[in-house]
Amino acid sequence: MAELNTGDGGGKGGKVRSKKANSKVDLTAMVDLAFLLITFFMLTTTLSKPQSMDLGLPDKDEDPSKNKDMKVDENRTLTVLVGENNKMIYYMGLLATPIAGPKDISYGKEGIRKELFSRKKSVVEYTGNKDKGIIVIIKPSKKSNYRNLVDILDEMAITGVSTYAIVNEYTPEETKLLEGK
Amino acid sequence: MAIKMKKKAGSTDMTAMCDVAFLLLSFFVMTATAKIPEALPVDTPSSTVQTKLPESDLATITIGKGKVFFDLKGRDIRKKTLELMGQKYGIAFSESEAQEFALMEGFGVPIESLKQILDMRAVDRSKADQPGIPKDSLDNQLKEWIYNARIANIEIADKELQIAIKGDAKEEYQAVRRVMDILQDQKINNFNLVTGLRTEDF
Repeated sequence: MAELNTGDGGGKGGKVRSKKANSKVDLTAMVDLAFLLITFFMLTTTLSKPQSMDLGLPDKDEDPSKNKDMKVDENRTLTVLVGENNKMIYYMGLLATPIAGPKDISYGKEGIRKELFSRKKSVVEYTGNKDKGIIVIIKPSKKSNYRNLVDILDEMAITGVSTYAIVNEYTPEETKLLEGK
Repeated sequence: MAIKMKKKAGSTDMTAMCDVAFLLLSFFVMTATAKIPEALPVDTPSSTVQTKLPESDLATITIGKGKVFFDLKGRDIRKKTLELMGQKYGIAFSESEAQEFALMEGFGVPIESLKQILDMRAVDRSKADQPGIPKDSLDNQLKEWIYNARIANIEIADKELQIAIKGDAKEEYQAVRRVMDILQDQKINNFNLVTGLRTEDF
């Protein structure tokens, strides 16, 4: 470490020399402290910025004549029903003639994500066109909470599903399905 | 005669380094803003998406416990918004009240009782039980706040106002949907959802 006394060597000589006043102060500790504080302030200023998630919703026009219904191949659609208590049901295709499901599924890596990845692949194989991928329809029920919505939107971002829609209308069959049998 | 090796002092001149360090330190201290306690603390859900919120031209709508709070960035924009809201509801706000409004955090009271909140000290505001901004169809003040904030933002900053929704994780979807509907009625179809950060392993 740095030394304070650098002036005097032996002190045994015959002559008595006047000691030079040492003007050097050890700054090591001070620099250490300064850098510690710098790191702290740097990290807190950049990390405190909240993260966010972009959400784009389709135009909602008051005039019903402007709302055009678009025909979509039901083989490409996967519907996710979001219920209370983190319950989630998915089915592929139409509910009356489903290709897969309807089945309970959990959130996260082992649940919906696996399913989405494999479905995404199979849909592209089916259409033979990369631009015509899977379409996910998210249906949050009245009893679902905000975390469920963000979770499922997050899964869309992770799996790279670019076409998804949040639909609020429930058919009676779907309500029955979600309420359990 | 024996040659004595001169002992090397292991000290470097730290003065310059110290100067730079403190210069940087003072910069970061000054740019850092103290965190003011929020009027309505919410526990946001987490996501893996990493988009930062914009620093300016932003309105934050906080939803939690069935209440809705409103917050706006930029002092001039806030003042202008308050002025427009005052005109709309026939309430005159004094210059000092406008100043106080420009500096305060988010609020959640009907505009009729906004003056009482403005009179309080900053510490008492978060303790005061703010009932939330009315948002039902009879008295839709939230819609007016958003609408006037957008006008104020365009007049002052010449930019479209960005909207962020900060919802509590346990909040029912209905409440969030109600706010989204209010936004969509004004043709705002793009907005941000404020979330925490997590990794893909869950």
